[in-house]
Amino acid sequence: MNIFVLIKQVPDTEARIRVSGGSIVHDGIKWIISPYDEIALEEALRIKQKSGATVTVVSVGPADATSAIRTAYAMGADKGIHVVHSEYAMLDSLSIAKAIEAVVRAEDVQLILAGRQGSDSDNGQVPLMLATRLGIGLIPFAVELTVGDDSVRVLSEAEGGRAVYQATLPAVITANAGLNEPRYPNLKGIMEAKKKAIDTRNFSELVPSWESMVEVVAYGDADARPKGKILEGETAADKARALVQALHEEAKVI
Amino acid sequence: MRILVIAQEKDGAFRKSSREAVTVSKKLGAQTDVFIAGTGAAAKEASAYGADTIYLFKTSEYDAEMQSRLIAAKVNEGGYKAVFFAHDWYGRDISARVAALLDTVVLSDATQISVDGDRVAITRPVYSGKAKVQLKSKGPVAVVSLRSNSFTIEESTGKGEIVEIFGDGMEPKAKIVEFTPVVTKRVSLADADRVVTGGRGIKEAANYKLIEDLADILGAAAGATRAVVDAGWADHALQVGQTGQTVAPNLYMAIGVSGAIQHLAGMSSSKIIVAVNKDPEAPIFGVATYGIVGDLFEVIPPLSEELKKMLG
Ligand SMILES: Cc1cc2nc3c(=O)[nH]c(=O)nc-3n(C[C@H](O)[C@H](O)[C@H](O)COP(=O)(O)OP(=O)(O)OC[C@H]3O[C@@H](n4cnc5c(N)ncnc54)[C@H](O)[C@@H]3O)c2cc1C
Repeated sequence: MNIFVLIKQVPDTEARIRVSGGSIVHDGIKWIISPYDEIALEEALRIKQKSGATVTVVSVGPADATSAIRTAYAMGADKGIHVVHSEYAMLDSLSIAKAIEAVVRAEDVQLILAGRQGSDSDNGQVPLMLATRLGIGLIPFAVELTVGDDSVRVLSEAEGGRAVYQATLPAVITANAGLNEPRYPNLKGIMEAKKKAIDTRNFSELVPSWESMVEVVAYGDADARPKGKILEGETAADKARALVQALHEEAKVI
Repeated sequence: MRILVIAQEKDGAFRKSSREAVTVSKKLGAQTDVFIAGTGAAAKEASAYGADTIYLFKTSEYDAEMQSRLIAAKVNEGGYKAVFFAHDWYGRDISARVAALLDTVVLSDATQISVDGDRVAITRPVYSGKAKVQLKSKGPVAVVSLRSNSFTIEESTGKGEIVEIFGDGMEPKAKIVEFTPVVTKRVSLADADRVVTGGRGIKEAANYKLIEDLADILGAAAGATRAVVDAGWADHALQVGQTGQTVAPNLYMAIGVSGAIQHLAGMSSSKIIVAVNKDPEAPIFGVATYGIVGDLFEVIPPLSEELKKMLG
């Protein structure tokens, strides 16, 4: 079985994000695989361990964004495809989906796994667009996955409950938190990952003509919250009383 | 300008996020039509918020692929300039499919919106709320998802016409074969006006009941941090934060929550935030409107009493 995992390289979730001149400052940021994509990759590696599979990670990004693929290698991915665009920041979700579509169409892929959303933009559009464009099934928010020879059964978090989805392969599945606990790469994996080749593709060869459907006007600092206050009081009961009074009289929310 | 709002029916009613979306669309001065799938019970309510035409797709099954096709077809046929979704479970599952069918993208999670000629401009938080970005649509149609609770609801008078539309008979590629509802008497996080969240400070599973009881006094949804979910003290569906749900209620109470950046990502646009934590240095106080530095086990009992007195 050929499994493709979509991985996006994003700033570490703990990283401080600075904005300068309407853009995000990239200096000093530690880059990681977006956490949900890491869960998707872990699931692919577990399928590989259980029933044998080739796991290929695909990442669309700027030329220097290879550390996510190296981490994926260290975790156990077999192949890495890096789709490079020199002005990656200009790409929108649709053009990224189109590039991945072009990669996938040239291969024999049974299963495509991705995170439910990237931790930077929280968009979660690419997997859905990819499935829609390929005309194959998409199962969102997976928390449990059973892969058969030509079908997949997935337990997903759904609106107001849990849903079991069934789809024939190929299909796209997005990983939710709770699907698994991703492994840490071991030292041997990390050492080997450094030497492994990355299959680099040129975005403009995959998607010869495209136009961004969104204009990024400017980034800005998050809106500061008004300064809060600590409620004082002798006892816990005094503080509780002060809180209820503030919520009622000042904030008017109760 | 014509806008199509993709609304939702929740327990037979017109969902709060849908009322928000219709209000936003009306405020932008657009002719506002609604697409809604479900039993039809909520369709009539849509006109009370000023919807002009309500396209009702009667169905008891949830087929995201079919709904996406029906919506995209309506957009093409009706010449809509924008399509509004709520940025919740349903919006996340459908909006990007619709955008793909319309050959565009989703401007997602908008907390502000305006119209500039034919183009829609939004502001949205990014990087877990550590920054924000202004985006502008390009192309003939803008697909937008709105962050719940970021826009005020206004009732309007109208007499929207309900027009039934029908499925295309195609089988879904990915089909729901079983559904188990989470049974709760509490409002869901997505719809809640008030949320009470318990963090690891509650110490053990049995104490999550303190959070639920406080939520019940307030008519609030109960939430949890990832630490609490990972410990198995609360269901994952209740997790607030980057890898859980994003909420922005009028009142958010964080009890025994440290305020890790990934948690803040899911709640820091709440209107009023209350933090109860015994550590005065806890980062949650950085976003709190009101803070109580103290032991939650000492604070909750008198707080519950005071709230009961106030709320009757
Ligand atoms: C990729 C990634 C994604 C994540 N996504 C999420 C997410 O979606 N949501 C989320 O919540 N977390 C998320 N986390 C985890 C997050 O980093 C924190 O670990 C988590 O939020 C901590 O939960 P907590 O505040 O309950 O626990 P802690 O950080 O342990 O805080 C407990 C707090 O309770 C206080 N306390 C203890 N006892 C008492 C008492 N008796 N009275 C009053 N206060 C008391 C302590 O002072 C402390 O501040 C994510 C982490 C990563 C790496």
